[in-house]
Amino acid sequence: MSKIVEGLLYSDSHEWVKVDGDVAIIGVTDYAQAEMGDITYVDLPEVDDEVSQGEDFGALESVKASSELYSPVSGTVVAVNEALEDAPELVNEDAFANWIIKVQMSDKAELESLMDAAAYAGITG
Amino acid sequence: MEDNLKMTCLYDKHVALGAKMSPFAGFMMPIQYAGITEEHLAVRNHVGMFDVSHMGEVFISGSDAESFVNHIFTNDVRGLAPGKILYGMMLYPTGGVVDDLLVYRCFEADTYLLVVNASNIDKDYAWMLDNASGYDVVIDNASESWGQIAVQGPESEKTVVDVLGITGAASLGFYEFFDSEWKGGRMIVSRTGYTGEDGFELYASPESIGEIWDMLLAAGVAPCGLGCRDTLRFEAGLPLYGDELSADITPVEAGLSMFCKLDKDGFIGKDVLVRQKAEGTEKKLVGIEIHDKAIPRAGYPVELEDGTEVGVVTTGYRSISLDRSICFALVKSEYSKLGTPLWIRIRKKVFPGEVVKKRFYQTNYKK
Repeated sequence: MSKIVEGLLYSDSHEWVKVDGDVAIIGVTDYAQAEMGDITYVDLPEVDDEVSQGEDFGALESVKASSELYSPVSGTVVAVNEALEDAPELVNEDAFANWIIKVQMSDKAELESLMDAAAYAGITG
Repeated sequence: MEDNLKMTCLYDKHVALGAKMSPFAGFMMPIQYAGITEEHLAVRNHVGMFDVSHMGEVFISGSDAESFVNHIFTNDVRGLAPGKILYGMMLYPTGGVVDDLLVYRCFEADTYLLVVNASNIDKDYAWMLDNASGYDVVIDNASESWGQIAVQGPESEKTVVDVLGITGAASLGFYEFFDSEWKGGRMIVSRTGYTGEDGFELYASPESIGEIWDMLLAAGVAPCGLGCRDTLRFEAGLPLYGDELSADITPVEAGLSMFCKLDKDGFIGKDVLVRQKAEGTEKKLVGIEIHDKAIPRAGYPVELEDGTEVGVVTTGYRSISLDRSICFALVKSEYSKLGTPLWIRIRKKVFPGEVVKKRFYQTNYKK
């Protein structure tokens, strides 16, 4: 059974969002990292890149497969977690502690389309 | 489980070990147990074992067995001594590959064992039957009667001798085998594998294979899945049917001419290979390394600096043993020379790289 954190929002493509004012802190869920297996590479966007809800902004790579990352919100990338460039395995170690990007949201109303922890537990249970 | 998927004789043991199971070649197969990286390193550094019971075993016997095998097989079995093994391919008349396989020259008179890919058993068997007219041969698809375990890694000889008591294994050379017994049943022991390491492949009845698996497991041999089987064979520069070989790729294009004996009498597909050797081919299989941690995957385009597409990746990994991002790719032949700069498109980005040798990893076969 994978871990789910209360108080975060979730996409059906297994990203989590922590809302900090107008900024969305985005990572992947424990379920996603467990499905991937050993993550060997995180393909990150660059600061100032524009992202759109539901569009891919990067990818996780395991030995065997790559899995695209989809942005749960639209906006501008204001930070990327550069620690993942050298240590992609951090996502396996703690998927919720190791965020991937931070996005300055252009439309906070998009958050309403995301799931809460209970709803997300429903699709991964 | 999906309909029509077959199970090997070790299926229940994989499930009990908690393996991640997935369909492969019509079988439900273990992809990984502890994890691909850990299993890969067990084989490179110590010893690991694979359930390869899904592979096909076809026996060919009869007074024309030698000439028939030589007719359908690219390598030359004339004069091959009992106990010796050859790698090669069966070809269509177009030069495309029906399958790649091992041919064992058995100890019985006029008898050969052909070990073929699981995904191709039915197709191969039909191909052999279709091409046997005029030959005095019996073609016996015995795949269902045999289980198979591959024991691979630098400690494989010690494991096979000490744990299983197969003392004769120590004196086998690479690509040699002998007939043996396991509790009264027939067992074939060969010094072969698909990892780039020293190793053995053991063929026996499904019941015997179950016992052997349990003994190896109890002795601490790491169970290894198809995930690391692919990373290991890839690093060693070995092709996989379906990726680097297919009906649309000839052995000359795949760089496997050394397993095609063009000086022997006609075999199916020979004419095309002779022409390709003389005139060259449009495409060639190469190794490419990119200087980034991004990973080239099967299907990604290979490009020139200006974005012109000149090929496609067939297999690629962040190599576990070498920590390099490398791949096999089929490219237009004019871009196949070592050192040629090529670019690989990975999602939205393009990564520069160059053509490198396909044998990425220094293999450690028994001399």
